[in-house]
Amino acid sequence: MRKFREFIIEKLVLLCGIASIFFVVLIFLFLLKEGFAVFKTVHPFAFLGGKSWYPISEPPRLGILPLILGSILVTVGAAIISIPIGVGCAIYIAEIAPKKTKEILKAGIELLAAIPSVVLGFIGMVTIVPLAKMLFHLPTGLTALSGSIMLAFMAMPTIVSIAEDALYSVPKTYKEGALAMGATHWQAIWRVMLRAASSGILAAVMLGIGRVIGETMAVMMITGNAAVIPHSFFAPVRTLTATIAAEMGEAVIGSEHYFALFAIGIVLFVISFGINVTADLFLHKRQ
Amino acid sequence: MMNKIITRDLNLWYGDFHALKKVNAAFQANRITAIIGPSGCGKSTLLRVFNRMNDFVEGVRTEGEVLIDDLNVLDPAADLVSLRKKIGMVFQRPNPFPLSIYENIVFGARIRGTRAKRGEMDEIVETSLRSVLLWNELKDKLRSSALRLSLEQEQRLCIARLIAVKPDVLLMDEPCSTLDPQATERIENLMRELKNNYTIVIVTHNMQQAARVSDDTGFMLLGELIEFNETKDIFSSPKDKRTEDYITGRYG
Repeated sequence: MRKFREFIIEKLVLLCGIASIFFVVLIFLFLLKEGFAVFKTVHPFAFLGGKSWYPISEPPRLGILPLILGSILVTVGAAIISIPIGVGCAIYIAEIAPKKTKEILKAGIELLAAIPSVVLGFIGMVTIVPLAKMLFHLPTGLTALSGSIMLAFMAMPTIVSIAEDALYSVPKTYKEGALAMGATHWQAIWRVMLRAASSGILAAVMLGIGRVIGETMAVMMITGNAAVIPHSFFAPVRTLTATIAAEMGEAVIGSEHYFALFAIGIVLFVISFGINVTADLFLHKRQ
Repeated sequence: MMNKIITRDLNLWYGDFHALKKVNAAFQANRITAIIGPSGCGKSTLLRVFNRMNDFVEGVRTEGEVLIDDLNVLDPAADLVSLRKKIGMVFQRPNPFPLSIYENIVFGARIRGTRAKRGEMDEIVETSLRSVLLWNELKDKLRSSALRLSLEQEQRLCIARLIAVKPDVLLMDEPCSTLDPQATERIENLMRELKNNYTIVIVTHNMQQAARVSDDTGFMLLGELIEFNETKDIFSSPKDKRTEDYITGRYG
């Protein structure tokens, strides 16, 4: 009887395992099937390199270069803001903060991670956007910069917690060795510990960026959503994700527009996949 | 003979635990002094007082004096950076930094902001590696990672990186405990060579090693320095019953 129960449980767990893989494969195949359909009418290079995105003009012009550049611009901006602050915060938590401060900070970071992105977007809309407009004398505060700042807040929890973990697992002997040679605490951190933790920190950065590039709600709310090639951080942009979210509802199923949105999904998938694989490589290198 | 390190009524507590009890000893220059005793007797703690590495332990408190070249290192105002430049430490597990072999050796110079020219740096690297007999093995891969060396090479590299900043004293905390017997013998030979220029204090749980390599030996038990004398006297005619019991293997 007991054996039979074991058997049933084992098979059930196996089923769960297979099901999750099965659904992922199914989603992937669906994405490919719907996405590749657009290439029957648009050449892949024209799709990726085309400078205008007018999906409902006649005939539709489906060039996603402005969207790719929008995503890249917002992501790079978020990275420039979040990496130094995130890594600095990780160093502070792992090495410098007294025990109590450390606990409070860690809880705070977790709290930051728990804020739903739509709430962050909303807060950004009523704080950062008017501030950007006023400070830089812009016609609108809905810019790539506003989006970058908001997204930096989303990347930060990931970067801080993984980088802190990486720093914490640097063998204590490295630090001791450096200090015993007369290094100051900061020199030991800068010259030895950061080097030792570098692959973990790179993985942290990659995962943070992965989160940024896939983010939709907040960027849609505060980047202005203009599908034009951006010329500066102070111009409105539209990202790949926001495009899908904003237009999927109104695209006619089976139309070129509809297939193009799926193709954007493939592009996003490839980017995220690349980032995750890179992060994984760094993480494994560390072990 | 010159006294290099003198401890006077040295007491140390970790919280409530009395780890060093009234230790009085004089370590002589250009000799190898071994500190032996069972685990937990305070021998590593004593070693770590000399370069103030115990400062990083929470709740540590010291009393008494430790004079190195007539300077009290326990003075709260003591300059730890120059103290630790003068007193190098070799650890139980070799701990080369995750940098290249070259950068490991010039680490001491770099953290002091020495603006040595490229040629001078190269010279420091060569002389340091020569003095630990690694130059011929490693001269062609100075730029490769120090973490790909054998344990023995790593430990030699750690010694070389200390020698590069020209210390007076080398503290060694069970430097051979991760090495095989042949490597241990070679490191011991290296120590004999180095003592012409440095004062060496070695902590070891290996009595044979103390007998082989040291000139003086101190025996510690439960935080007390029981006996301190020339090695040959300690091992041939120990004065204290407890020393005799330990070296004849009755405990420890």
